[in-house]
Amino acid sequence: MKQSITLDRVTKFMGLGFLITLKSLFTGDLDKEGFRNFLRKVVVPIASIFLFIGLWHMGAKSLYNIEAEYKIEKALTEQGQEAADAMKACIASGDVSCQPNTLPSPAQVWESYKSLLRDHQIISADKAAFAEKTAVINAKRIAEGKDPITYTGRPSFVDQILTSLKTVFAGFLLALVIAVPIGVIIGLSKTLRSSVNWLIQIFKPVSPVVWLLLVFMIVKTMTKDSNSDSAFIISFISVGLCSMWATLVNTAMGVASVDKDYINVAKVLKLGPVQKVFKVILPSSLPLIFTGLRITLSVAWMVLIAIELLAQSPGLGSFVWEEFQNGAIDSNSKIIVAMFVIGGIGFLLDRIMLTIQNTVSFNKTSGI
Amino acid sequence: MAYLELNNVYKTYGQGDHATEVLSNINLSIEEGEFVAIVGFTGSGKTTLVNLINGLLQPTRGEVLFKGLPVLGTSHERGVIFQNYSLLPWLTVGQNIYMAVKEAFPKKSKKELHEIVSEYVAMVNLTPAINKRPKELSGGMRQRVAVARALAMKPEMIIMDEPLGALDALTRGNLQDEILNIWGKEKRTALLITNDVDEGIYMADRIIPLRPGPKATLGPEFKIDIERPRDKTELNDNANFKETRNAIIEYLMDIGNERKSVEQEVYELPDLTPKSFVGHF
Repeated sequence: MKQSITLDRVTKFMGLGFLITLKSLFTGDLDKEGFRNFLRKVVVPIASIFLFIGLWHMGAKSLYNIEAEYKIEKALTEQGQEAADAMKACIASGDVSCQPNTLPSPAQVWESYKSLLRDHQIISADKAAFAEKTAVINAKRIAEGKDPITYTGRPSFVDQILTSLKTVFAGFLLALVIAVPIGVIIGLSKTLRSSVNWLIQIFKPVSPVVWLLLVFMIVKTMTKDSNSDSAFIISFISVGLCSMWATLVNTAMGVASVDKDYINVAKVLKLGPVQKVFKVILPSSLPLIFTGLRITLSVAWMVLIAIELLAQSPGLGSFVWEEFQNGAIDSNSKIIVAMFVIGGIGFLLDRIMLTIQNTVSFNKTSGI
Repeated sequence: MAYLELNNVYKTYGQGDHATEVLSNINLSIEEGEFVAIVGFTGSGKTTLVNLINGLLQPTRGEVLFKGLPVLGTSHERGVIFQNYSLLPWLTVGQNIYMAVKEAFPKKSKKELHEIVSEYVAMVNLTPAINKRPKELSGGMRQRVAVARALAMKPEMIIMDEPLGALDALTRGNLQDEILNIWGKEKRTALLITNDVDEGIYMADRIIPLRPGPKATLGPEFKIDIERPRDKTELNDNANFKETRNAIIEYLMDIGNERKSVEQEVYELPDLTPKSFVGHF
């Protein structure tokens, strides 16, 4: 019993409270209040998901019909009745070559999802085979001091996700390393705050695209001689620069607005400046700093896609762009799969940050 | 020369036309080992007075002398118990006190510091709660931590700013006794700011009313000649207690009424008499 209470606490702590209600359905301890909760937190959301898929399906179907009619109409006006009939038959037969290109239906997206997974399995197998084949040669090459032969095949969808996560974490760390110390320093000094305020206010709303170009200008020159992965460097620095403002502003605000009582305590205890910052000011502004970091991570994930798309660096962004350029029959549905994956990962990242935030902020600790 | 002296102290907030004089012409002297209470209405500038004495604020005019030297900042010699506990919520009870002790005795070893912490935690009967955070404690327990924190630094003088104001009557009584106990043991100079006349009489040697602000100033002092240790229940029948209590309350009421009459606006009413309807029906 005690164990399950702790489990409940942990799930609530992570902002996944609805799981508890779901669990109580199976354990059977549902009273009237619990049943109402169950309706509100589980049944209604699931119903809304079905409603969403239904609407999507219907919308996609009508868009498909409009597109198909247009195609037939076009064939009729340009090539005559015979071509129109042929087109109609072709569309009805489900032939790939003449399918209308429009919003894919949920079923098509599901199919694409499965095909992307299959694709991943094939590529993984291929990679493993490659590694096996080159193992001996590579060992020899390394022994001779040469670079090993690496797999240069197409990355799978899962590889793209991992690359994107790597980029976003690098960008997030960069934002953390830049924004938190600067935010603390700005927050401590009123003079500094008013002197850099204009800079923050001007740079904060700058679009990710412009940041990317700015970083590109600088990094291009700086990495001229080295053969490092400049696309990755450009994209993670841009992500960091775009997303750090929330943390910077929140940290500065948190540090500047420490409760006067705590400052009085620090004065009465005669804490030195360093002690005052680390023992009083930083702990009391941690909740706000983490709110900032949470916003930063979600902004980072959001701009990452756009930046990858533009910087041609591998990842989900370039996957979406390549699929769009590709124009294959299942390209559109693959883009939608990517959209859901991006959204789901964004949600997960946010929950992780929320959990960390709850762990460190003192006024919310529920004693775990 | 008195231990703590305030000479013609004025404190003004704001400047120019917006200036409000909170304290005006405060004169106070406290001898070593004395327990003095200052009683006043809420909003009469008590906290400002405390902050002038503990060094968080500087007077606009006049001087605050501690052992003959002007008070220019906070000092470990003057311990403060704040009205709202002011414990750091992210530290446990032990850590809150340890932080203070470490600052007060930088040369002592970790072990000695921990000994001091546990000694004072035991003194306020909080040993079982030493690893709890302030959030998990009741108001009375929190205030006891604040008391322990102030005392553990072994200050020569202890300044209490309405320390028991937010507590219920029973907890308040217990804590009064605890504070008196500790004060009696270590015989430090103490200054208590309170809005409760009974509390002042029960605890202090002298009571000085603070006339309400703006321009608050100290009234005439009342000596409390009741033997220590004082007993709360017996105190109610003590003639001396009743007399002093009535005198102080009367004084404060008079000030209150005075203030009211000053504030009272006179409305000019039209000179009308109601029309008589007799005979109309």
